[in-house]
Amino acid sequence: FSKGKKKKEEIRMASAGAGYDLSPTTFSPDGRIFQVSYAQKSVSTSGTSLGILCSDGVVLACEKLKNSKMLLPSSGRRLHSVGAGYGCAVTGFASDGRQIVNRAREEVSSYKDTYGILPPPSVLADRLGHYVHYFTLHGALRPFGATATVASYDSDMKECKLHQIDPSGTCHSYYAC
Amino acid sequence: MSALTAASASPSSMPLNPNPYGLKPNEVSSGTTIMAVPYPGGVVLGADSRVSTGTYVANRASDKIAQLTDRIFCCRSGSAADTQALTDYVKHYLQQWEVEAGRPATVKVAAHLMRKICYQNKDNLSAGVIVGGWDPVDGGTVYNIPLGGTCIQMSCAVGGSGSTYIYGLTDALHKPDMTKAEALAFVKKAISHAMARDGSSGGIIRTAVVEEAGVEREYIPGDQLPYGP
Repeated sequence: FSKGKKKKEEIRMASAGAGYDLSPTTFSPDGRIFQVSYAQKSVSTSGTSLGILCSDGVVLACEKLKNSKMLLPSSGRRLHSVGAGYGCAVTGFASDGRQIVNRAREEVSSYKDTYGILPPPSVLADRLGHYVHYFTLHGALRPFGATATVASYDSDMKECKLHQIDPSGTCHSYYAC
Repeated sequence: MSALTAASASPSSMPLNPNPYGLKPNEVSSGTTIMAVPYPGGVVLGADSRVSTGTYVANRASDKIAQLTDRIFCCRSGSAADTQALTDYVKHYLQQWEVEAGRPATVKVAAHLMRKICYQNKDNLSAGVIVGGWDPVDGGTVYNIPLGGTCIQMSCAVGGSGSTYIYGLTDALHKPDMTKAEALAFVKKAISHAMARDGSSGGIIRTAVVEEAGVEREYIPGDQLPYGP
């Protein structure tokens, strides 16, 4: 009898956010941060990008949706190069994605300056994860509405890697994503 | 140039430099001989053990071969305080690097960190360091980082005040691709010769052989040097 009532309430909250979705610094009663979920939603509604890890490299591909027939085909880049040995595909808001790519370029440059070598793939991906995550717990900021798929070549270990960083800041390594 | 042309200058009229090594008051120097030689599969590092404050030997059995990571070491020369601080910093940064990267540090990264600190603080440091070790990427490698902060990969690196006396010897005796035993004998011989001629080098010879399987550290007592006294 009481279980049925609770279920009704939960359904109502899940669909509307009911005031727990106004800021990334507020948890919902069922343990979610709605702003991050909404950011992930905005990614899933944009053009697809795909990454596949192969034995001899990584393939990254992006679907580029053209808003107008007048748009120059070369404009609206979604595949970015981040220094020698790394490539990044962005899905979601192109402007947010651009910010992540810029940060990736700065990270690679500063790492090279400090340690003398290019960062290992897992290190770069982890640092981008940290960066994206920061925007999910600061009250005055909003989460990134973009996912970055990073393909890298590790010249020390002589292997390729594929990572993906989503708006929550989680970063995983994939065979394909 | 002016000293050569001043024909009237006699030994008694030219003042002696009271501080030939540029030491600060009470500063301790490892006027030293240090050396490192890579061989296929690893690296041999060697050093004397004398630490002096002017003419007083502060420590006659010191250890100038410091460990930075499991398979990376560095030989220290110059100011003992400066090199100890440098070693501590680089050890710390390398530990952090290994945690972040999830794998053992490479000698190249260790040498780069050491060089960066030496170069950026060159006005305040008096330190000559040789970084040597083994890593799975490049095998046995040695980097010489003298005063000022240059970083050069070498197939035979010598440093410290005693090194000036053995450049000729190392040039003559060094051959590429020595075996571990040959490299070890070469290092011991060269450092003995430096210790025989340099007043700031002496005591015992400490060696460290670093390879994939592990590290072997040993020392030769002062009365059993290949070339004495």
